[in-house]
Amino acid sequence: MKNKALQNLIGGWFPNPEADKVSEAVVETDETSEEKIAAPEAINPSLLEFTEEESQFLNILVQPEQLHSLMSQLKSNSDTSFDYLFCLSGVDWGAELGIVYHLESTTHRHSLVVKVNTADRENPTFDTVCDIWETAEFHEREVFDFFGVKFNNHPNLKFLFLTEDWEGYPLRKDYEDEINMVIK
Amino acid sequence: METTTVNNNFKSEEYFINMGPQHPATHGVLRLLLTIDGEIIKKVEPDLGYIHRSIEKMCERDSYQQIVHLTDRMDYLSSHINNEAVCLVVENALELEIPDRVKVIRTIIGELTRIASHCLWWGVMGMDVGALTTYFYGFRDREMINDIFEETCGARLTMNYNIPGGLMYDIHPNFVQRTKDFVKHFKTKIPEYDRLLTGNVIFQKRMKGVGILTKEDAISFGASGPVGRGSGYSCDVRKHHPYSALDKVTFNEALKTEGDSLARYEVRIMEMWESLSIIEQLIDTIPEGDYKVATKAVIKLPKGEYYQRVEAARGELGVYVISTGTKNPYRLKFRSPGFSNLSLLNHIAVGGKIGDLVASMATLDIVVPDIDR
Repeated sequence: MKNKALQNLIGGWFPNPEADKVSEAVVETDETSEEKIAAPEAINPSLLEFTEEESQFLNILVQPEQLHSLMSQLKSNSDTSFDYLFCLSGVDWGAELGIVYHLESTTHRHSLVVKVNTADRENPTFDTVCDIWETAEFHEREVFDFFGVKFNNHPNLKFLFLTEDWEGYPLRKDYEDEINMVIK
Repeated sequence: METTTVNNNFKSEEYFINMGPQHPATHGVLRLLLTIDGEIIKKVEPDLGYIHRSIEKMCERDSYQQIVHLTDRMDYLSSHINNEAVCLVVENALELEIPDRVKVIRTIIGELTRIASHCLWWGVMGMDVGALTTYFYGFRDREMINDIFEETCGARLTMNYNIPGGLMYDIHPNFVQRTKDFVKHFKTKIPEYDRLLTGNVIFQKRMKGVGILTKEDAISFGASGPVGRGSGYSCDVRKHHPYSALDKVTFNEALKTEGDSLARYEVRIMEMWESLSIIEQLIDTIPEGDYKVATKAVIKLPKGEYYQRVEAARGELGVYVISTGTKNPYRLKFRSPGFSNLSLLNHIAVGGKIGDLVASMATLDIVVPDIDR
């Protein structure tokens, strides 16, 4: 499926209640003419934010509350069927901490990137996706080690690489270790 | 831990035992926490981090040319392919036009690396299940490839032959002839491997029906490389997302549907044949031209995110770069094949014996620095 079609399909799963009130007239317009739909709307029709800028994949930014339900639909829907989570990365964006999920469908061979961020650096928590893709169990433990991000409902959330008494989150940008880190 | 009475007479007891980190069958410093009942495995839990060097953190401080060298130290048996992955991500981001000569040479050396890696795997795999001879046979043939690498790349294992923009230097004048000699030699040796080990009754009994992984589980666990293909899961990055000169060659994706240890073993043997075929198709047609294009001394990637997937000897290696436009990546993540493949070990080992665990682990072909990054 092409990125545009994916965007229309997935965006429709999470309609923005705000957008309906403002732009009821816009929904009536012809769907093939993209400009008419895009131009007058200041409000995103979906709760998800899509972008293709600065990336080779279609990117979706999702709110933490919708993460799990989006992910399970992406896997179970037969038009998307993203059954292969090929990369799960934690990222420290500075103000926010985030997770980036790279997904591929082995039947349709299309790819997608899902991102989720939180501004809570003290106690960052997301829902686990390891009930959807088993590979996420280890990848989420890796993120837990190095970014201190917790995952709700994770079956075995404990340090995978680090020792139990380790302090700090090594891959965060504000981590300091004067002995072992060489700063240039 | 837990005591249950079996047949009213004997007591069965679950207990806990460490396998590794210095166990010879774990090929490095991998520690497995085993929960066993007699010899039946109830649970396998890997404990990692004994040689973690935090390469991803180091990358955030290094330039892109330096990062290439760090990737050797992940999966050291497919170092050339790891180097290539980082070079490709940089070249694609800079939109550099890479000469065909470079692409072809990279692919040939990449396939030689794959054969060398599989030779070593075949040797230690036999040793893990009790056949010491294979170790010497595998290393004998791998030695020829290492000699080729030494002459052209200057190193035998951690080659660093790729640089962003091309190759470190041109191939050695002997490269083509020695590679052809190797292909001719190795074609007579794979049947020898089959005669020695594949058809062996004891070996077959150790492997057949052991460590079964279904296709659905393989996809869900993110299995890649021969582990996924042994379960009938078509996951060859060279087929689905071809890079370098791989779109110019024809080869078959090695696939088996049984999903057991023997299937994973046979996939690797088939892959050696396919790699030989790829090398044969390219070795006579190495185009003339430059062996690199000039890049700036300080490489700055444009702001954005880049992802490159390559098929390393153990499966899919992914390099995910987030750049803010500076000379260092903001974040660089390696999706290593061994890490995902290890995560399914518990799934395929539970219910089997400790000996089966060793056999299953040998066919997962684990390289610990690749997991510990």
